[in-house]
Amino acid sequence: MSRKLLVLLAVVVLGVLIVAACTSAPTAAPPAETAGAAPATGAEPQEAAAKSTLDVVKERGKLICGVNNALPGFGFIQPDGSFAGFDIDFCRALSAAIFGDPDKVEYRPLTAKERFTALSAGEIDVLIRNTTWTLTRDTELAGNFVATTFYDGQGIQVPVDSGIETLQDLEGASICVQTGTTTELNLADQMAAAGVNYTPIVFETADDTTNAYLSGRCDAWTTDKSGLVSRQSIFDDPSAHKILDVTLSKEPLGPMVRHGDDQWFDIVQWVVFATFTGEEMGVTSQNVDDVKATTQDPNVKKLLGLEGEMGQKLGLSDDWAYNIIKYVGNYEEIYNRHLGPDTVFNLPRGLNKSWVDGGLLYAPPIR
Amino acid sequence: MTSTTLTTGKQEILPPPTERYTVLGWIRKNLFGSWFDGILTIVGLAFIIYAGVGSLRWAFTSARWSVITDNFALFMKGQYPLEQVWRLWVGLYLLAFVVGLLWGVFVRQRSFTAWVLLGAPVLFALIVLIIGGSGGWLSLLLVDVLAVAGWALARWQPQRTRRAAITLLILYFPLLILIIRGFGAEGFLSLVPTNLWGGLLLSLLIAVVGIVFSFPFGVLLALGRQSQLRAVKTLCVIYIEFIRGVPLITLLFMGQVMLPFFLPSNVVIDRVIRAMVAVILFAAAYLAENVRGGLQAIPKGQYEAADAIGLNGFQKMTYIILPQALRAVIPVLVGQFIGLFKDTSLVALVGLLDLLGIARGVLANPNYIGRQIEVYVFVALVYWVFSYSMSYGSRRLEVALGVGER
Repeated sequence: MSRKLLVLLAVVVLGVLIVAACTSAPTAAPPAETAGAAPATGAEPQEAAAKSTLDVVKERGKLICGVNNALPGFGFIQPDGSFAGFDIDFCRALSAAIFGDPDKVEYRPLTAKERFTALSAGEIDVLIRNTTWTLTRDTELAGNFVATTFYDGQGIQVPVDSGIETLQDLEGASICVQTGTTTELNLADQMAAAGVNYTPIVFETADDTTNAYLSGRCDAWTTDKSGLVSRQSIFDDPSAHKILDVTLSKEPLGPMVRHGDDQWFDIVQWVVFATFTGEEMGVTSQNVDDVKATTQDPNVKKLLGLEGEMGQKLGLSDDWAYNIIKYVGNYEEIYNRHLGPDTVFNLPRGLNKSWVDGGLLYAPPIR
Repeated sequence: MTSTTLTTGKQEILPPPTERYTVLGWIRKNLFGSWFDGILTIVGLAFIIYAGVGSLRWAFTSARWSVITDNFALFMKGQYPLEQVWRLWVGLYLLAFVVGLLWGVFVRQRSFTAWVLLGAPVLFALIVLIIGGSGGWLSLLLVDVLAVAGWALARWQPQRTRRAAITLLILYFPLLILIIRGFGAEGFLSLVPTNLWGGLLLSLLIAVVGIVFSFPFGVLLALGRQSQLRAVKTLCVIYIEFIRGVPLITLLFMGQVMLPFFLPSNVVIDRVIRAMVAVILFAAAYLAENVRGGLQAIPKGQYEAADAIGLNGFQKMTYIILPQALRAVIPVLVGQFIGLFKDTSLVALVGLLDLLGIARGVLANPNYIGRQIEVYVFVALVYWVFSYSMSYGSRRLEVALGVGER
């Protein structure tokens, strides 16, 4: 008896649920619509051959860029709701190259854990999220790194008056470090290699780590050099601290694309190279129109699309690099806008100088 | 004593004497009853003064609140387009009107609370005005006016508005989603994709969807667990115990990170929906156990009485058992809903820009570096206001339904 009725009840409530689900159809609709408007948000294995990522992006009318929404200088949210930062500008450059408009980008904030799956599952077109280029990631994760946009490395910060200059001076010192990061492991490896005894003091968050360092609990603290500098800029007395010359690990950061679409790989790679080349040739967003009108240099002409039809070889329009420099700027402009002397970070270019100035940024010739 | 009462006969039985103290007497009895109490009071007082003065000094002198005022709109609505914000206001107007109507229909006594609740938006309006929101206070005032209008209408025509109020309440939620999301690429109510929903708006939407949908699902699971059908019962038990065995963050990660691998590659489910589904699945399992507690608290006689007057199982449940069972677990359910509202902040960890996600994004802005305390205090305050309102509302509901009295 009551058994039957319970079943009846279950059926009724299920019916109500279904009706409820239907009345709130608008909530359920976006996926269908997204799927309809962009039949291949990801380059599906079987469709990839038929439809390139570039075609998908063009058809969709916008680029989907996986980014960090909470890393000072690299990706953050402005009061008007727009994204900004060093990594964000490379998304904008890519959009400018494809659409001639830097703002046709949908930013997808990703955490460190989900970034690679979002890329391989096809939820994003390109991952530009302060990701370190390593062999494991380049091979096992079904993605390829295209270039290095920022050479970072783990450093050590000490008070100026401590007199510490080298790793050996840290014998017996206590060093503050954030737990669960590769930073902690790198520190252990490097100190073991140098034969220096030290006491690691680990903390859960970056804030705790710096607070402990400032209150004198440790003789030094370590994280990526860009992190050290950005933290130092908000210390009460930044000049009382310095970063040792030693670099504990290499952290080359750059964009990553999915395996299996070489054309898309080329596009993202050459967009990065175009920003390098712009700086090398002295073309900036300010003077790009003048240069385009007056230049006699065949290399600049090729960059700006006046000869050679370089853009078409990539599947883009010939003014692709012109658009990048016009709307976003060359590498130097991007760097200075977010990390340079006019920002709170005032981060020295270091390795991130053009090869002309003795740095590592070297783009193959556009010809 | 008793003998005198008996002999006089007419003398009234007096209530026990109430304790009366002067202020000093009260302090002496309650705060300095013994030397230990005295020390405790002094230490406690010293701590409260120390912490209170410190916090206030920080709040009014060293804290730089510009990070909140500059980003206020961002905290409230995320990246929702500014020119479409009127749609959120329309949603609020509707809500105010419906709540006003319901209040007028169902709350008979003209209580002090009514004025407090109806006046709250005015207070909010003042706050927004003080911290420099532009024009927002006029809209808030309109919210208040509509609420009072709905209330007055319901008081004037209680019979006629009753059905309208309930219909509106049921229709409100789908309508709200329709207004917020919109349809079509261009024109009136154009589409605002969910990746632009953010801030408090997203937190509230996830919480409300979680509460609304997990409730029927949870009740169903609770009934299923009590079912005599072995298969139904086993399925419900497995579901409940499985979900209760994993943390919410795991479900969210499964939804955001793993799900795309299980789906055909041309099927893309909206990320906000994925988060909402995870929250619903999670909340339903806990709710089911709470409701089961209520079901088991109903005496067997109630079931038998319902059977005796010839109600079928559906009627028995809807008219006799569930109303009593649910009433008994209101405090637990509201406690769970408050927890659910706060749990929504976990979606920030899977990259959604809810109130906390936006806060992290704002903190990464070089202009506001080092303002963690200001931002997190503000976020905590917003969560507290909403959680406390829910708690307060549930206590009023309990009083209205007489929970704990009969």
